[in-house]
Amino acid sequence: MDFAPEWEGFQPGRWSNTRTSVNVRDFIQLNYTPYDGDDSFLEGPTEATKALWAQVMELSRQEREAGGVLDMDTKIISTITSHGPGYLNKDLEKIVGLQTDKPFKRALQPFGGIRMAQQACKEYGYEVDPSVVEIFTKYRKTHNQGVFDAYTPEMRLARKSAILTGLPDAYGRGRIIGDYRRVALYGIDMLIADKEHQKATHFVRMTSKNIMLREELSEQIRALQELRELGRIYGFDISRPAKNAREAVQWLYFGYLAAVKEQNGAAMSLGRTSTFLDIYIQRDLDRGLITESEAQELIDHFIMKLRMVKFARTPEYNALFSGDPTWVTESIGGVSVDGKHMVTKNSFRYLNTLNNLGTAPEPNMTVLWSVSLPQNFKRFCAAMSIKTSSIQYENDDLMRVIHGDDYAIACCVSSMVVGKEMQFFGARANLAKCLLYAINGGVDEVMKVQVGPKYRPVAGDYLDYDDVMDKYSEMMEWLAELYVNTLNIIHFMHDKYSYEKLQMALHDRDVKRYFATGIAGLSVVADSLSAIKYAKVRCIRDENGIVVDYEVEGDFPKYGNDDDRVDQIAVEIVRMFMDKIRKHHTYRGSIPTMSILTITSNVVYGKKTGNTPDGRKHGVPLAPGANPMHGRDTHGAVASLSSVSKLPFRHAQDGISNTFSIIPDALGKSTVFSGELDLDALAEEAPDDTE
Amino acid sequence: MNGRIHSVESFGTVDGPGIRFVIFLQGCPMRCLYCHNPDTWDVRGGQEMSADTLISQFLRNRAFYKGGGITATGGEPMRQLRFLTELFALAKSQGIHTCLDTSGICFDPENTAETDALLAVTDLVMLDIKHIDDDRHRALTGHSNRRILAFAQYLSDKGIPVWIRHVIVPGWTDDADEQRRLGYFIGGLRTLKALDVLPYHTLGRSKYDALALPYPLPDAEPVSAEQAEQAKREILRGVRQRLRESKQ
Repeated sequence: MDFAPEWEGFQPGRWSNTRTSVNVRDFIQLNYTPYDGDDSFLEGPTEATKALWAQVMELSRQEREAGGVLDMDTKIISTITSHGPGYLNKDLEKIVGLQTDKPFKRALQPFGGIRMAQQACKEYGYEVDPSVVEIFTKYRKTHNQGVFDAYTPEMRLARKSAILTGLPDAYGRGRIIGDYRRVALYGIDMLIADKEHQKATHFVRMTSKNIMLREELSEQIRALQELRELGRIYGFDISRPAKNAREAVQWLYFGYLAAVKEQNGAAMSLGRTSTFLDIYIQRDLDRGLITESEAQELIDHFIMKLRMVKFARTPEYNALFSGDPTWVTESIGGVSVDGKHMVTKNSFRYLNTLNNLGTAPEPNMTVLWSVSLPQNFKRFCAAMSIKTSSIQYENDDLMRVIHGDDYAIACCVSSMVVGKEMQFFGARANLAKCLLYAINGGVDEVMKVQVGPKYRPVAGDYLDYDDVMDKYSEMMEWLAELYVNTLNIIHFMHDKYSYEKLQMALHDRDVKRYFATGIAGLSVVADSLSAIKYAKVRCIRDENGIVVDYEVEGDFPKYGNDDDRVDQIAVEIVRMFMDKIRKHHTYRGSIPTMSILTITSNVVYGKKTGNTPDGRKHGVPLAPGANPMHGRDTHGAVASLSSVSKLPFRHAQDGISNTFSIIPDALGKSTVFSGELDLDALAEEAPDDTE
Repeated sequence: MNGRIHSVESFGTVDGPGIRFVIFLQGCPMRCLYCHNPDTWDVRGGQEMSADTLISQFLRNRAFYKGGGITATGGEPMRQLRFLTELFALAKSQGIHTCLDTSGICFDPENTAETDALLAVTDLVMLDIKHIDDDRHRALTGHSNRRILAFAQYLSDKGIPVWIRHVIVPGWTDDADEQRRLGYFIGGLRTLKALDVLPYHTLGRSKYDALALPYPLPDAEPVSAEQAEQAKREILRGVRQRLRESKQ
């Protein structure tokens, strides 16, 4: 391709040189301006921002009063181009585009499952148009139906007992990040040309694999055409590259908007956009085209749109995820592979939206933390965390080794290279329940039915560590196989009936796929096994001989205190289960990974998990993610964090989360403390009137 | 040798500079009415731990403690002087910053050899002066403040950096004149580096209930940050007065 006129002023490179050169990373590395200064350059909200945000707040209030949903589409099936333009206030919005034709109106997205869509409507007093229901029950199959056609009875039972939970079999799997930056950098026409080239090359033998990819590439091209049309609906020609900052933000947002119009995914993350956009903003600032206040306004309006992303979901879904999260995760900062930090002024501007628009959980601002980040940025992050509790931190020094410097986080911890890697979201297996199955020979302790294989249950009054570990290992073996097979069905059907054509159009052709399994209940398992090993655990059986409760005699080391006796049990469990997962065939040659990340659903899992040998009672929430059980980490934060940090990332490459809250007073002294007393200076101070 | 340890806190942010590994040593001769750690009084309580064990716990997480170090508190850490000296010596041999949080009650001005050995491996002392007036000090803690004030002076003479801590307790240490007297005294310490005024709080109350002890200050209200700041200003007035006098 030629050097487009819109790129004038940018440093050319591989990103701009040859025909097949979609390479956003190269563009960023050659063109971004690292910023080491402090936050004093930041600007507050403009009058337009304040007016628009007041409108959003008013709509939120109305939505709450209406019982959680303000308006729902019941007839128009959401596609990239299904709706005409929608605005908050066209005259004030610098960045435009809504999921439907009205703000806060939820779209109808039945491809994941028509029943889910119907239920979501029904719960809020709406009804899906009968003709739509008819189409999606009689003529057009959904992902959900495909999955249940293929599920085995065992899979259904494991799902019911919640040893496998949160499976994306009735809703969009999400966790795929389109490289929305490509829309701004290249414009749609170049992206289509690239996809046409991908399609025209390489496929000679029509194997099922190649046929599938050819069909998908055609779908992708169609999605790009629709995306171009979406721009036109709002009066923009996005067939060409963006020529200034406002266009860059707008083009990028259209890419994202098209994705959320098409998919109601469990996590619809944004990627790593702030430093990319800084390049455009910096060019406009240097050319005197915009002021800092206008730059902030662009970002404020963009973030405002991301905060307004909404999906139609059922109350059960919301219970599982403790709310109605969209996981619009944006990854900020980090360090390049050659050691240069990637903090720009725009990293500050993104976080500054928490000042200008107030605190919010979305978009999920995630700082890719490294010891090499500039001190001023670290200070700003700390100050904003104290002020808003709204920033998530991830260890860039750990992930950069595996993913390089252009990865982003999907959902809360899943790292993937933007536009080059994607994942098959796998929810999680409840390892705490699996331990109870091992003890009871596959009988579910809550449902009191045989769910797992009928292995020999433990005998005797007291649990023996070696005996339990043997049985646990066997039960995990069963669970791992069932889990992987279940996910294979889900993702086969998702590709077939609810393919993310727009998001995948913003990927390379040959993507690396991760098969992202997950586990829940790690700290319960570690503590339970520690209790069995270091204390005495007596079984209490019901009339049918099922162990339903445990009595712990004596004390035992608890995970979260930097005590290797138990921490190494946790490490071993992670490695063991991951190794068992690795044994199995995974769909589309995907690479198995595992996460330890239940941030919210641990509450629901707790309700479905009976009494455990660590003394936890039925219904008590499991600890979130890799957290120690609540109140059991008694040696302070460093010891607690140290236990978590022992978990091996290479066996939990999809991420390890730790939810950490602390009261500001516990972070140090403020006004009552006079450090660094300078006696000489004190002596010189003028006496006040009472002296 | 082993010490008797009540507990450790791996993330101490209020007991010395930086993030600190805080070791609570068991046993205290004082019975301050507002004590919030009555579970550390009993010299036979806690569990035995070696200096090695404690230092290795620190070292494995050393990355967290940049700019911080180890703080020994209690209880009264100087009650286990030899163990404490061994602990700090081991820490210093690893280049770890050592901070001693003490009431100074165990200091014997007539016999300082062992104290000198400890101070040789101590980077910072946080000295808690409970009350500047000896009679009031006795009523508040059961002991004279003579040794404590002598210890303060001794640290100053030896060139050991000192942070003075002082708890504001309603009805006990909230008198402005006495606060200025305290300031006047500490203004004479040449190695004074910081003043830490702590508002009284009632978080220790549940520990008394757990130990079936009567709570000695049933009616005292928690002190606000504003009151503590006011007290800090009074104390600093006393400090300035002393400094100016000594210049003249």
